[in-house]
Amino acid sequence: MNRIDKKFAALKKQRKTALIPFVTAGDPDLGTTLEILRALERGGADMIELGVPFSDPMADGPTIQRASERALEKGASLPRILEMVRKFRRESEIPLILFGYYNPFLRYGLKRFTAEAKAAGVDGVLCVDLPPEESGELKRWTDARGLDTIFLLAPTSDIGRIRLVARRGRGFIYYVSVTGVTGARRSLENHLRARVRRVRRETSLPVGVGFGISTPRQAAWIASFADAAVVGSALIGTMERARARREKVAQAGRFVTRLKRAMERVSKKVIR
Amino acid sequence: MKNSRRLLSLPKAPDRRGHFGIYGGRYVSETLMPALIELEKAYAEVRRDRSFRAEFRRYLRDYAGRETPLYFAERLTRRLGGARIYLKREDLCHTGAHKINNTLGQVLLALRMRKRRIIAETGAGQHGVATATVAARFGLECEIFMGKEDVERQALNVFRMKLLGAKVKVVESGSQTLKDAMNEALRDWVTYVRTTYYLIGSVAGPHPYPMMVRDFQSVIGREVKKQLWARDRRLPDYLVACVGGGSNSMGLFYPFLRYKAVKMVGVEAAGLGLKSGRHAASISGGEVGVLHGSKSYLLQDRLGQVRYAHSIAAGLDYPGVGPELSYLRDRGRVRFVSATDREAVDALQVLAEIEGIIPALESAHAVAAVIRLAPRLKKSQTIVINLSGRGDKDMSTVGEYLGVKL
Repeated sequence: MNRIDKKFAALKKQRKTALIPFVTAGDPDLGTTLEILRALERGGADMIELGVPFSDPMADGPTIQRASERALEKGASLPRILEMVRKFRRESEIPLILFGYYNPFLRYGLKRFTAEAKAAGVDGVLCVDLPPEESGELKRWTDARGLDTIFLLAPTSDIGRIRLVARRGRGFIYYVSVTGVTGARRSLENHLRARVRRVRRETSLPVGVGFGISTPRQAAWIASFADAAVVGSALIGTMERARARREKVAQAGRFVTRLKRAMERVSKKVIR
Repeated sequence: MKNSRRLLSLPKAPDRRGHFGIYGGRYVSETLMPALIELEKAYAEVRRDRSFRAEFRRYLRDYAGRETPLYFAERLTRRLGGARIYLKREDLCHTGAHKINNTLGQVLLALRMRKRRIIAETGAGQHGVATATVAARFGLECEIFMGKEDVERQALNVFRMKLLGAKVKVVESGSQTLKDAMNEALRDWVTYVRTTYYLIGSVAGPHPYPMMVRDFQSVIGREVKKQLWARDRRLPDYLVACVGGGSNSMGLFYPFLRYKAVKMVGVEAAGLGLKSGRHAASISGGEVGVLHGSKSYLLQDRLGQVRYAHSIAAGLDYPGVGPELSYLRDRGRVRFVSATDREAVDALQVLAEIEGIIPALESAHAVAAVIRLAPRLKKSQTIVINLSGRGDKDMSTVGEYLGVKL
């Protein structure tokens, strides 16, 4: 069992839902990201998604686009990000998932990337623009190294695609709550619960929900039926509003704590 | 010597999953996968449907103004003193470029799929204008995404699109050119995917776009084949076309791929020179990567970040290239060369002065390559240039380049 599986298994016993914050690695710089990771864990994060910045983030809304631009300007790159992960891993056992676009991984060399990622302490990889149909090359290496390849499902996915992802996916299934790009939304769709249930019927993998979650209330609602809630843009937005580096780190921690507290108050009902 | 009609055996491309060898495919987020599968099915149906093909042909004839002439450029031929040069006059199509062939085909398909909203990206604005035109003709809602830099250098086309009733969304992210317009169009599509048809203008993007756009554009090559046969009873020795994303070149090349005797040359934009790093030659100066839904040659840095392209021709200013062209280049079927900004402007002037035709800056790259190529060939040989668009839209750019104030 790797760190992701262990974490989900532990949470399942407590009937709790994982809180997974997303931050773009290298925004505002990699040194600060390391501190942010610490703050997120102290604040109550169960796992962390670490965004690998890309020049053309087609699936992202304005907030994460800006974060990627800032990170690239400061020289964030895959090898440097892995170096930072290695440092963080010495002090923490929290599951880490790299979240990004396919090209930087492909360019780095999938064999080399998966070897170095595993050695650095990465647990899973999610490429937004890599559906299961095209994932053969990457999966060959992630499977061999014991890294989880996580796939997305969306409101537009039909039963055939749900089954495909259930077959190919490892770690958990990331359910995209809305049709659209990443970014905070005022309200989430009501039938989200029913859709997650439909996915559950086809898989024993945990099902996480992301895209659009921004408030403690929304996170608590997600916690009542899903296995994980991913929060990205709202967290990055909070850090953007803080000026000083130290203030960004502190805000990140506080933001996660608020969400975690709201999620702790609900008890999950898994309906299949 | 009449060239032979010997046939090459080519594997069927793309395969069922949209791969041209290692290229192509579908690298998009899950939300779009069902839409692409739906599009693929809808296209497979109309492809076999006679009534659709007849309707498409009728609009190409009555609305786009096909067939376009295959014009023997007598004075250019004499000036260069080598092979006979023909121009396929796509610049005479309605809206001034070959782009309308594809937008007609795809809008007819969108209508059958009952999508009432059309979105498109555009660089030079030619695809935007062609999309807005056809959307107006069929009463569809239309939104065009265009990079801020392109909006500035192609003000005339922006105004045309607005006159045609389209909304023009100015894209201010990244390099503010075609690639960023495409990012933004993809973001819009992923949000309104259930009601919106994304009309990609080149043989790029995820499957089935590269195949579908190629098919709709291949009317160009089929006409050339027929016209040249009727005239000279022969196949061309060389086909030459500019390559940005690659739609005009694939349209010309595709019907000839099987004929061994026909050589094909794709001309990429060398911008300020391939060594300057400021160019748009994805095949000559790029490496294999994944962008905008397909795997192909791509201008990128060591770490896989996409580099900004540069070309004086906005329609070539794109860091990627259609996957089928990457595939044909690796198989050695299409040879790639490049022409600089300077060579393109020179070629535009030559064609204007001695043939009375002002080509688009994009097409001028093909003319520039022929100016180098033709003198080395025999007088009995034949070159066909795809004159993919007319130069009206480029007058302020060319003026500025030549230091003339308009």
